[in-house]
Amino acid sequence: MSNPVNLTINGQPVQAPPGTLVIDAAKTVGIQIPAFCYYQGLSLQAACRMCLVDVEKAPKLLAACTLLVGEGMVVNTESPAVVKARKDMLEFLLSNHPLDCPVCDKGGECELQDMVFRYGAGESRFTEVKLHVDEKQWSPVVFFDAPRCILCYRCVRICDEGLGVKALGITNRGAYSEITPNMGTHLECDECGSCIDICPVGALTSGIYRYQTRPWEMEHVGTICTHCGDGCKTTLGVRNSEIIRGNNRDRSGINGEFLCIKGRYGFDFVNHQERLQSPLVRVDGKLEEASWSSALALVAAKFSSIESAGGKIGVVGSSRTTNEENFYLQKFVRQGLHSPHIDHRRSGDVAGLLDALSGKTGALAATADLYTANSLLVIGADLAQQHPFLAFQIRANWRHHQSRTYVVASGPVREDSFATRTVQAAPGTEMDALAGLADSLRAAGNLVIVFGDAVQGDAVRRLVDFGSGLGIPVKYLCLVDYSNSRGALDMGLAPDLLPGYRPAPETGMTVAQMLADKDLAALWVVGANPLEKTALASSSAFVVVQDLFLTETAQRADVIFPAASAYEKNGTVTNTCGEVQRLQKGLGVMGAKPDLDIFALLARHMRLNLGATQPDKIFEEIRASVSGYNVAPMVLATGGAALTNPVNGRVPQSAAAAIASSRDTLFTSGTLGRYSKILGNVMEAPGGLYQR
Amino acid sequence: MLYNPPHPAETKILTRRFGLPNSESLDTYLANDGYKAFLKATGMTSEQIVDEVKISNLRGRGGAGFPAGMKWSFVPRQSPKPKYIVVNADESEPGTCKDRVLMENDPHQLIEGVLIAGKVIDAHRGWIYIRGEYRYLIDIMDRAIDEAYKNGYLGRNIRGTGFDFELSTHTGAGAYECGEESALLESLEGKRGIPRIRPPFPAVSGAFQCPTILNNVETFCAVPSIILHGGQKFADVGVPKAGGTRLLCLSGHINTPGVYEIPLGFPMMRAINELGGGMLGGRKLKAVVPGGSSCPILKAEECDINMDYDSMAKAKTMLGSGGMVVLDETTDMVQFALRIMRFYQHESCGWCIPCREGTLWLRKLLTRLNQGIGTSDDISMVRELAGNMLGRTFCPLGDAAAMPTISIVEKFRDEFEARLARPASSRMPAPGDLVSIA
Repeated sequence: MSNPVNLTINGQPVQAPPGTLVIDAAKTVGIQIPAFCYYQGLSLQAACRMCLVDVEKAPKLLAACTLLVGEGMVVNTESPAVVKARKDMLEFLLSNHPLDCPVCDKGGECELQDMVFRYGAGESRFTEVKLHVDEKQWSPVVFFDAPRCILCYRCVRICDEGLGVKALGITNRGAYSEITPNMGTHLECDECGSCIDICPVGALTSGIYRYQTRPWEMEHVGTICTHCGDGCKTTLGVRNSEIIRGNNRDRSGINGEFLCIKGRYGFDFVNHQERLQSPLVRVDGKLEEASWSSALALVAAKFSSIESAGGKIGVVGSSRTTNEENFYLQKFVRQGLHSPHIDHRRSGDVAGLLDALSGKTGALAATADLYTANSLLVIGADLAQQHPFLAFQIRANWRHHQSRTYVVASGPVREDSFATRTVQAAPGTEMDALAGLADSLRAAGNLVIVFGDAVQGDAVRRLVDFGSGLGIPVKYLCLVDYSNSRGALDMGLAPDLLPGYRPAPETGMTVAQMLADKDLAALWVVGANPLEKTALASSSAFVVVQDLFLTETAQRADVIFPAASAYEKNGTVTNTCGEVQRLQKGLGVMGAKPDLDIFALLARHMRLNLGATQPDKIFEEIRASVSGYNVAPMVLATGGAALTNPVNGRVPQSAAAAIASSRDTLFTSGTLGRYSKILGNVMEAPGGLYQR
Repeated sequence: MLYNPPHPAETKILTRRFGLPNSESLDTYLANDGYKAFLKATGMTSEQIVDEVKISNLRGRGGAGFPAGMKWSFVPRQSPKPKYIVVNADESEPGTCKDRVLMENDPHQLIEGVLIAGKVIDAHRGWIYIRGEYRYLIDIMDRAIDEAYKNGYLGRNIRGTGFDFELSTHTGAGAYECGEESALLESLEGKRGIPRIRPPFPAVSGAFQCPTILNNVETFCAVPSIILHGGQKFADVGVPKAGGTRLLCLSGHINTPGVYEIPLGFPMMRAINELGGGMLGGRKLKAVVPGGSSCPILKAEECDINMDYDSMAKAKTMLGSGGMVVLDETTDMVQFALRIMRFYQHESCGWCIPCREGTLWLRKLLTRLNQGIGTSDDISMVRELAGNMLGRTFCPLGDAAAMPTISIVEKFRDEFEARLARPASSRMPAPGDLVSIA
């Protein structure tokens, strides 16, 4: 480690490692140097000239965003020359700015407004005609208002460098320069909206949010996205029990500035007109609205009689419900209904990985490890489609740390563009491709292996053997599909596993076995759609469904309870890396209840005492009883993510467990995704015009 | 084609072959010392060549006047990366037309200069970046390169020396900004022509992030003579700290405009009266743009100076790229200021705020003042806005727009005031003039 550099900023002594930019060094002592184009993590521009500072002995003001700290350097960020330069720069900027702040979406959270407020140029001397260009719609979710644009090029850079999409560029020259999609008039991209979030002004606006409200009229609720398994924090802007927008307001989540289309816009299923808002009971073959009490009484009576008659009750849990709900549900099923038949849709062989890692410590990768590892091996997964945030992390690691990425995939993936090596392997032969990579991987010093459902069962053990054989620290990441797929398994929604991967005393039926069992007396489906493509073999089974929508499974139900989505409840979820985070209730939807409340009501109707029914208290139970979940509550309460230590020991393996990813794309999200209009409206969505 | 016959007051070094029959051909070049300097250089070490160039006091002829030998010595020769030579032939500074005659009349001199520079840093690839508007020059240059290849002066194992060098032309697409060296490199690499953050300078990280010597056409053209006759001889022609001759592009209200080769330190009034043949129609001198439109303008009474770097700096202007424009008493300075600003506004690349917004604002303001609409405060505002750009832009284009504007407003403010004092009826603008000039 080389010696730190000593410099003085505004009379304060500052120490910074060599190579630090003056703008960053100033931040360490609480001195803010204003800038528009400078954005940590993206390439340097020095275009906005807002960060000009006085440096002793320099003939003119220098841009702090490209100036490296130097020994003995004396910097003044508040000299009269600097203060005047800033004010002049803002005057230039405002000369062609429309100043339509009263109607601008960004009003109130605009960096240009804040800058002018702080640094002056409140009076306008510009009396000429301003340039005007009409607003353009680039896609259903992205609008561009060129006159507001200050040309900081953040959007171009986040798209190019951050996402690797390169959808934006610049046309024309000088004052007529304009940010333009590289496709000409429209975007063909991930539709992630990162360009909107990163825009310091109101030039890029969201097709969903624009002209809906003022920022200060909303409540900002930071919660966890309910779609894929990456566990990104999304901040819901809620006004009068309505989600107006999702964005990355304070960048405090594990995802930093990243959000994909689902995290940003995929909340609109909440208000879908087909949302169930009343319990439905089948009467004479038709589903009819019923009161909560009558529906609950019916189900309670039916479950009780089936249970006492020794009938088989199969229960299918969800990959999106909270840990608390899953924990309570398995307790309900195993202790209340005395049934071992509980399962959920499994999308990755987490149990196999934990078993293979038995005896090893610190071998599970956290999200942050993808950004810091020297090398990464991605096997059988299209991260950019299914796990966009993990793809972003890996790309950022390559950009910032020159990490090496190795890809083993059956087709082209986005990581190919920067991967050190890509090996094409037909599905099922991924493991055979590894031997050839061993030497390169070993040389990197440490490694994170990311694998999808292509590696399962025995292959997981072979993969871990391969990793152990490298003789370097190796961490593993097993990809699973949805926001709480990982937590569902951790909480024992499996026929052979209790919470914390303890073996179940009696092995029940898997989802497939339940559906195929002609004698199944009852099927209770919570937030899942197992009958989407498979018919229920038992024609006499009493089917209870808790869901937001009338899915294929719900259409077969005898009783349907309208459930609340993840945005309408509190609790915790565990992402694909095993990091627990807290959901924050953003709103309530009339008629729907959180699944936990439905369980609790049903338990009361069945006169079962299954312990606490409040999320916080159940989480205490989970902390006390589930291996690895003894995380500090303060971390969660403050919006942090806590990595769960998995069970360190053998985990029983079930040959019957079918593991298959749903192969969602960026624009699908299982059954839930079908009810998001935005996901369906973008042209990149399956069936859209811009299929790649 | 020549603009003007040679003048006895000239010192002809770079232009000595001009006017010879088929001066652009290899035969004529070879018959007149052609490629001798390169062959001599192959027997010299890199250090010896750089030393000769340093001794010659050759300073960059593109406008900034950075000592060429020093620039060359910054190239990290031990770098494992390939090294490149790039010729800046994006001659776009208004008033400047010297690179054009050099390439047109003696293209092989440029090729030889490039070869010698290539020898210095062990580069084997070079480009001549020619502005797109010089379409016909690209053909001339391509023919010369072709001829050089055919006769073994380019390509592999040049004339048996074991030195390989590939050279080709590359055309710009009409952007003044691409004459700025780092923007030129971006454009050469196929990107948008915007300047780079410096450091690193091209010597360390130039074309394709490799060490690169990048100089103006005239700078490269001076090198063969320096090597052939020794740096000291070249230095002796000029003044201390600035050696040799430079090409003066003389235009404006004079009798014999043209490109003249004069030693550094040549008196400006002699240039106007002898080379230029005096003022057109015997009218009075009003002002001189000494070195291209980006240089602060000189009033007639300030023109009694010698044209070298130090004297010009003392007069608060620059030698620039040698584009000297002589203005007589009939010149409308308000209109002149507007014309200059229109150019820079049109050419501003838009990268940084002060240049992008400042040039447009000034253009609109000057358009209005030129129509006689405005107040005395508006005149002050021109001066102030230009001052707000000066020294704060990302690249020197903003300064280039600000400097002449400041000098014109300061030195000819009375003309602006007079324009505003015209009777109201004559000030009524045409309806179209008030609409945005976008």
